[in-house]
Amino acid sequence: MIGIGVLKGMWVTLRQFIGTYPAGRWLLKRAGLPEGDGLCTIEYPEVKQQHAERHRVFPFLVYDATPDNLRCVACKICEQECPPQCIHIVGPAKDEQGRPLKTHGRTYPLRFDIDVSICMSCRICVDVCPFDAIEMDNAHEISSGGRFQELNYTKEQLLKSADYFQKIKPTEAAVVDQRLAAKAKKSAPPSSS
Amino acid sequence: MTATFDTQLLEINLGPQHPSTHGVFRMQAILDGETIVKLKPVMGYLHRNHEQLGEGMTYIASFPFTDRLDYFCAMTNNLALALAIEQLAGGIDVPERAQYIRVIMSELTRLVNHTVLVGFLLNDMGAFGTPLLYAFREREKILDLFEAASGSRMMCNYVRPGGVREDLPEGFLEQTQKIVNEYPRFLDEFEALLTDNEIILQRTQRVGVLPKELAINASVTGPMLRASGADYDIRKVDGYGIYPRFSFKVPLGTAGDVYDRYFVRILEMRESLKILQQALREIPSGPSISPKGLQLVTSPRTFRPPKGAEAYGRIEAPKGELGFYLVSDGSPQPYRYHVRAPSFINLTVLEDLCLGHKVADVIIILGSIDIVMGEVDR
Amino acid sequence: MSFAQIEELKAAIERDLPDLTLQVEGSTLIVEAKDLLRVCRFLKDAPAYEMDDLSNLTAIDYPAAGGAGPPGHIDVVYHLYSMRQKHGPIALRVKLPRDNPVVGSVTPLWRGAEFQEREAYDLFGVIFEGHPDLRRILMWEGFKGHPMRKDYVVEEQ
Repeated sequence: MIGIGVLKGMWVTLRQFIGTYPAGRWLLKRAGLPEGDGLCTIEYPEVKQQHAERHRVFPFLVYDATPDNLRCVACKICEQECPPQCIHIVGPAKDEQGRPLKTHGRTYPLRFDIDVSICMSCRICVDVCPFDAIEMDNAHEISSGGRFQELNYTKEQLLKSADYFQKIKPTEAAVVDQRLAAKAKKSAPPSSS
Repeated sequence: MTATFDTQLLEINLGPQHPSTHGVFRMQAILDGETIVKLKPVMGYLHRNHEQLGEGMTYIASFPFTDRLDYFCAMTNNLALALAIEQLAGGIDVPERAQYIRVIMSELTRLVNHTVLVGFLLNDMGAFGTPLLYAFREREKILDLFEAASGSRMMCNYVRPGGVREDLPEGFLEQTQKIVNEYPRFLDEFEALLTDNEIILQRTQRVGVLPKELAINASVTGPMLRASGADYDIRKVDGYGIYPRFSFKVPLGTAGDVYDRYFVRILEMRESLKILQQALREIPSGPSISPKGLQLVTSPRTFRPPKGAEAYGRIEAPKGELGFYLVSDGSPQPYRYHVRAPSFINLTVLEDLCLGHKVADVIIILGSIDIVMGEVDR
Repeated sequence: MSFAQIEELKAAIERDLPDLTLQVEGSTLIVEAKDLLRVCRFLKDAPAYEMDDLSNLTAIDYPAAGGAGPPGHIDVVYHLYSMRQKHGPIALRVKLPRDNPVVGSVTPLWRGAEFQEREAYDLFGVIFEGHPDLRRILMWEGFKGHPMRKDYVVEEQ
């Protein structure tokens, strides 16, 4: 009979509608019908979505303890490998004679800019970094009032502590810390052990 | 006595900005009354010369750009390029676990794509909102899985030559199993909403019929080809990866109309669920990427295929045959990088499908072809 | 397709069409432009092959090395599969002079070539004789040049 199919469809929508109310869910349960997912939206600004640990937004630079002890040595591999070419590094810093300046035994970049209006959060910079100096952030509520300088993140804006990294990505940070510890042990002079 | 009127053909533009064109796509239609007598697709509004970009960077750096071809199916796009690169290098080992992860991700992608497509098809037909939102609600659950594994919901950038970039996170398989177990219930509900609906039958049956011979001759691939009755699924024919290990059927249509194209996709989703059940049961533990693959991830410039090597890798993407054609000149960058995009080539027959139908039918015929402009224009 | 198979294919074509000159380069069969349509028709109709699916068609630009080196050429590459017999691919390649790349269109044989030939015309400037509607497809009408050629200069920003 014509119309049965349409009525069947309407019954589906009706059941979904009832299922969005607690009382309705109770009714459906009583009647032995599937309750469905119920309400699947959230009241956004008050309630926030929980993201997976690997959720990646834009990269940031990691420092240990103090901001001048950054892990980046300005080797420029990420600048070279970045697919949309959004990283610009000036450095490593040098003195007047052209010898590299060092802090905490490492060279460091004079400038490190990421144009986040170009960055596509692909994570290739993290994959290629041999020093684990750059990692993916997960802060995504980062709108800004302008679209030129405001979206060009400088070194100062990009620097975040290793503790922050530990907090947002505990599993990945544990692996990175292990790797760095192994590296430090290898490079340390054998007499000290 | 019959009165005669002078009539003239009317040319109208559907698109480029039109909610039913799935992006910026224009159809120049010539109408005789309400009937289409000629229709020319016009594309290129989203053209960004993806191939030229790919030739200017390393093989690995192209992966994030492939995500943006068919942005519903980032995982399968990555997989196709990875297979082409593996072929170009003369074979890179892929560990067992990575093979299973690839299959799981491909089939989840197929679920996402077909679910959303059916939602959009109904949207084009005038069932505004409801089926589309039901589809999006289910898609959301799978996108959460993608986010857990790769870090991004749509731009996954996950599959790499020699395996996958990272191993699955803890609890991923359990969560997937739960979604796979619940999915048939959603499909049943979706079908109750749509499959017997008389309005949908009226709108879709005998509309946009694609004969089998024309489908094969015009290189149409994917569910659209199978809806016309041609038994050709690259998962079966080429048996890439570990697909020969799974038992699944290839659903075929008979009439080749819009309704068959819709129904073949529903059946394909059920087959995908079967593959997922098997893969989730059998997935072994172990490494998720081979040493050679890991080297490619961490230092892309060390990958230099021999000069003159060429490879054409293709997979059964949700929309059809997705192929990557690579030619090397011995440098870290491909000399030629070509994408054989299924939605672009499936559009070849659009005019044939639309002739003789009404304007309103053109919209659902286009919807049933399943195009994404990111892939058509590249 | 392995090397032995491609040699076998070459022999089969030469048996049927004895006046052709074919070459094998890797796993690709090099066909002369004037013979292309005959080879394609043979591959499509021969019961042993039945290549009914033109999967992929594209072009590659090889500009001249400069100086006294060999002149540049543009290659058109065809990948054929058989949906009926489920085998393939057969890769064909046609070498065309770079200053006047003209080749017969395979659209009358395979409708699937229609958009792909238009794309190769648009991006490489290859002219397919006998194509029903050879217009630009991705770039706009009135665009100058062919952007996938290696010597195409991107406008300075």
